[in-house]
Amino acid sequence: MARYILRRLGYMIVTLFIIATLSFFLMKMLPGSPLNAEDKLSEEQKAIVLEKYGLNDPVPVQYVRYLTGLVQGDLGISFKFDNTPVTQILLDRIGPSALVGFQAMVIGTILGIALGLIAAVFHNGFLDYTSTIIAVLGTSIPSFVFAGLLQYVFAVELGWFPVALWGEPEHTILPTIALAITPLATAARFIRTEMVEVLGSNYMLTAKAKGIGQAGRVWKHGFRNALIPLITVIGPMAVNIMTGSMVIEQIFAIPGIGEQFVSSVLVNDYPTIMGTTLLYAFAFIVIILIVDLLYGLIDPRIRVTGGNK
Amino acid sequence: MENNNLNNLPKELFKPLVRKEDTSETISKPSRTFGQEARRTLLKNKPAIISLILLIIIIIMSIVGPHMSEYGNDDQNLSRAKLPPHAPGLEKISWLGFDGTLTDDFKGSTVEEAKRKAIARFDNQEKFIDFKVKSKGNGERNSAEVEATYHVYDAKGMGDQYFWLGTDHLGRDQWTRLWLGTRVSLIIAFVAAILDLLIGVTYGGISGFFGGKVDNYMQRVIEVLVGIPNLVIILLMMLFMQPGIMSIVIALAITGWTGMARIVRGEVMKVKNQEFVLAARTLGTSNGSIIRKHLLPNISGIIIVNTMFSIPSAVFFEAFLSFIGLGIVPPNASLGSLINIGFQNLRIYPHLLVYPAILISLIMITFNILGDGLRDAFDPKMHK
Repeated sequence: MARYILRRLGYMIVTLFIIATLSFFLMKMLPGSPLNAEDKLSEEQKAIVLEKYGLNDPVPVQYVRYLTGLVQGDLGISFKFDNTPVTQILLDRIGPSALVGFQAMVIGTILGIALGLIAAVFHNGFLDYTSTIIAVLGTSIPSFVFAGLLQYVFAVELGWFPVALWGEPEHTILPTIALAITPLATAARFIRTEMVEVLGSNYMLTAKAKGIGQAGRVWKHGFRNALIPLITVIGPMAVNIMTGSMVIEQIFAIPGIGEQFVSSVLVNDYPTIMGTTLLYAFAFIVIILIVDLLYGLIDPRIRVTGGNK
Repeated sequence: MENNNLNNLPKELFKPLVRKEDTSETISKPSRTFGQEARRTLLKNKPAIISLILLIIIIIMSIVGPHMSEYGNDDQNLSRAKLPPHAPGLEKISWLGFDGTLTDDFKGSTVEEAKRKAIARFDNQEKFIDFKVKSKGNGERNSAEVEATYHVYDAKGMGDQYFWLGTDHLGRDQWTRLWLGTRVSLIIAFVAAILDLLIGVTYGGISGFFGGKVDNYMQRVIEVLVGIPNLVIILLMMLFMQPGIMSIVIALAITGWTGMARIVRGEVMKVKNQEFVLAARTLGTSNGSIIRKHLLPNISGIIIVNTMFSIPSAVFFEAFLSFIGLGIVPPNASLGSLINIGFQNLRIYPHLLVYPAILISLIMITFNILGDGLRDAFDPKMHK
């Protein structure tokens, strides 16, 4: 196991290095410059600015400097957002993103499990079809379309919530619902399939023969076994939430990482774009690693190190 | 007591069945090939067939739709910007929303004040506004409420013009742009899916078929690529390339093929060690025709299903990119950029968001249901 973790960590570092390199050189090759908008600057002033950000040095020197900084957790200084260090910007903005993302993940998964469970217990019944329809809609409708629907109905028409505001806990409700719909649908679909299979298995028949009531069977014998594989979809679900968060934060004006990324793109703020990209990549990779390791721990049948024997 | 009756049947009624050599071996059910079974299972799947029909209609509309209206993609005219939907025939039924009116509620301390607000909001065209008093009010702030219906087309003297789905913020016909946008979105999705298919099947096929060292190296490459999140690569590519249809397709194709390659490799490895491949090899068949004639037909089901699911995900990514401003460049439209415009006008002109949102949801839902149907159809366990 230790060897496996080490190998995975090695892969992780290689991947992050590739992403850092790729984003660095792509940014360098981009035609626009952060100075484009400041037409009024004299040549001398431009030179001072370039010197200040180290943009006059040869690209390899800049590259090494960037990587050295990266290792020390220094992502450079933003060109546009008040000369703040990118690390500082990201630290300030990670809170709202994490809050909404976490809420959406927890609420979506719990409701999804409940929905899937109901669907499996009433297999082929009315409730099953209803929950299948919800699941199909949830996986199909893009989160920003759903967010628009929520915003129009609950904020514009009913006026229960502000359209786009951040600060109070109730402001997180609409974005959380909009983000939670995808994990909800994924979990519901997954649990339903697993439960239908588990409920039809022989040990369920044994449990019935022993005289355990339906609730006990479903809960103790069925649900626990169906829950284990759910961990495999948590990775993709988290990825979905991160993708969704970019648009959702934009729509609901949440001062988070996704909103920062979109606004950095619009003003060509390279250090911030690169920092955000790396943060996203890092989060993706760590989540997938954790999920893989958890899976091996929870289900002893799956030996992650099996291939090395 | 039916059981008893059956037990009491007189013995004379029973006759021994004479066993005949020629009938005992006949197969009672017609023998069907795997493809025929798959088609039968799919045709029995009602949601999948309905989805297929809807998709065909959407595709046809994305080709013919723009020509049905007399207005072009980029016919701008600010004097007719943000008109509500106005369709001949349907305009008589007011609740459908095609009557060419804008309706909103206005509040004030008196009915008069609320009306004044409505008139100021609706271009000062008092003659063309119908008022319905919802609440008379008692002089307090915002206690009175009127519902104002503004006949925009009549006010602008365009009562004989019909913009079926209204116009956008530059006065362009929404109907034309909606179907052109659908066309762009679908083209991107199909081309990206076909590229995924070509690259993924080739890469996975070679890796799985030759195995050994080749496979080992190819798999290491994939392992690193899979570790890099798609979203990050797509965003970086979009920043680097000039936004447009081509760059979206390339960005989607660069990231999308790895899943297909992995699946194809696994399937090829499973099939290539079976006896019929050995037989073909013994008969001297070349590698090329083993791959084409024996391996590909056996894994075609899983390839089709996988491609089917990569289309909606491409539609989603295109819309996502256009929505955050990295996708389609104006004046071209895609469903994502139309939704983006819709969001900017959500409060007052919801019709700009509603139709593209419905259409993209419909496309995603139908593709997903059809994909599910195909997966069932190619699953031998589901054949009855």
